[in-house]
Amino acid sequence: MRSSRSHAVGLLGLALLLVVAMSAALAVGPANLSLPEIWKALQPEAGESPARAILLWVRLPRIVAAALSGAGLAVSGVLFQALLRNPLAEPYLLGVSSGAALGAVAVLSLGLAVGPAGVGLAALAGALIAIATVFRVAYAAGQLDTRVLILAGVVVASFFGAGVMLVLTLAEGRTARSALLWTMGSFGQASWQMNVALAAYSLPAALAAFGLSRHLNALALDEESAAHLGTEVERVKKISYLLASLLAAAAVSVAGVIGFVGLVVPHAIRLLWGVDHRYLIPMSFLAGGSLLVLADAAARTVAQPLEIPVGVVTALIGVPFFLVLLRRGYARKPL
Amino acid sequence: MSFELGDAWFRYPRSDHPALRGVSVEIPAGSHTAIVGPNGAGKTTLARLLLGTLRPQSGYALFEGRPAADWPRREMAKRVGVVAQGGPPVLPVSVIGFVEMGRNPYVRPWAPLGEADRAKVSGALRRADLEELASRAITELSGGEVQRAKLARAFAQDPTVLVLDEPTAHLDVAHEMEIFRLVRDFVDAGGSAVTITHSLHLAGRFADRLCLLSDGRLEAVGSPMEVLRSEILSRVFDWPIEVVALDHAGLAGLHVVPVDKGRDPTHSGEPT
Repeated sequence: MRSSRSHAVGLLGLALLLVVAMSAALAVGPANLSLPEIWKALQPEAGESPARAILLWVRLPRIVAAALSGAGLAVSGVLFQALLRNPLAEPYLLGVSSGAALGAVAVLSLGLAVGPAGVGLAALAGALIAIATVFRVAYAAGQLDTRVLILAGVVVASFFGAGVMLVLTLAEGRTARSALLWTMGSFGQASWQMNVALAAYSLPAALAAFGLSRHLNALALDEESAAHLGTEVERVKKISYLLASLLAAAAVSVAGVIGFVGLVVPHAIRLLWGVDHRYLIPMSFLAGGSLLVLADAAARTVAQPLEIPVGVVTALIGVPFFLVLLRRGYARKPL
Repeated sequence: MSFELGDAWFRYPRSDHPALRGVSVEIPAGSHTAIVGPNGAGKTTLARLLLGTLRPQSGYALFEGRPAADWPRREMAKRVGVVAQGGPPVLPVSVIGFVEMGRNPYVRPWAPLGEADRAKVSGALRRADLEELASRAITELSGGEVQRAKLARAFAQDPTVLVLDEPTAHLDVAHEMEIFRLVRDFVDAGGSAVTITHSLHLAGRFADRLCLLSDGRLEAVGSPMEVLRSEILSRVFDWPIEVVALDHAGLAGLHVVPVDKGRDPTHSGEPT
């Protein structure tokens, strides 16, 4: 655990990074708006204009959705890595994403006219079914067996993954493509309505995770030591599992499957600032938000007029980064 | 009475052999009790029952009159500091960060450590003579230093009772003495301690009472004089053991000496 001063500087720096990333993301997009135009359109006294509409109703909801999802996924990753004491744990490891994907893909392929919110709800339902199944298998006699949790999660993920394949095979071309794109992640459907739901859901969950920091630090030693330091081990494990799953489910139902944020962000923070969850959680929150905002900005600009799936961008950044970490032997450390 | 076991039985799931078979023992406050016995005798299981991380399947295990497993962990942790067994630390935290975890039961969620907490932490570091190592990573310390850090963390909990499970395993004689001295000082200052140990002679020197466990049963309990007897130890450890009372150069105490079966003529007839 480094000095609290370097932690304070880090927190401030990451908060600043998030603000800068969100402002920068506001300035880029298919509609070519210059900085003075943007500034003018955003003044409170400025009347309705196409520029203002684009900024407030197209770009900003998208940026906020990216920030909230990235923050939630990163915190979810921290929780899963602490709970499973496994550096490779990530929000989607335990079937959350496959469950969500099956829900969304089923609705999209059936061509049901439910709108983006309906797809989101179907994804959420799929994710919750996967979470509940895995939990039910790993929870016995008042104890959550984390080894069973990983195995059950991986197997449930394969099962729902097979379901997705089946649905995509049976679906006709056009709907199959939109379903496939959904599984790769996009904030194209973001709306203020969705953001309010996402915020109402993930901000309290992230705050609750932050409240568990000391217990997570103790659990990182081992379960028995944590109990002797005053942690109700089984309760904390259950709560962390539910918080982590819900954060991931919320993100996946808004944005589709976006990998690597929950894996890469917490590891980067640990490398730079150490393993203390009191800092790891808020820092991952800010850094995860920034990363997805920037990745989404890249996703909608680098191949204009095409938009590449944001999950592709995060994987293209995330994989090389993680390989470097592996090369440095980081994965051999417990956290 | 700090701890009390009454006819306590415990069998681990998926084992057909009970680890404890009807142990009754009282551990009075203000004393240092050593729990000794052969490997696999049930010493660690006994400690887990005392600490409430396991619940006896029949009989009872009480701490301060209440079933140990019913205590909220937070309340237990304010009263009982534990130095558990366990491998070398793997989490790269600083020594001070490690000792600060001892304040976990006192700090509210979301709140930072207060002045009083910091004072307890520096007091604990001083007591365990770790001030100079405070900012080092726990993973870089030697075995003896790690055990001192665990003890310091237990001190930081501001407990009335210490429970130690083989705190001196793998330590050299000097570090062994250091740990037992720290525990003895804690008891002399008004605390209680329960130490599981394989070091019979240090148990005899530093503990007030010994509980000798064998195959899940309590074989003997009492003062070192009463428990450390050649015939009891030889039977329980299934090995010829002599006990010598020494009072030489300030080394007053009992010395437990296992006999080399191959060479000692008095035991040469026994199978080896």
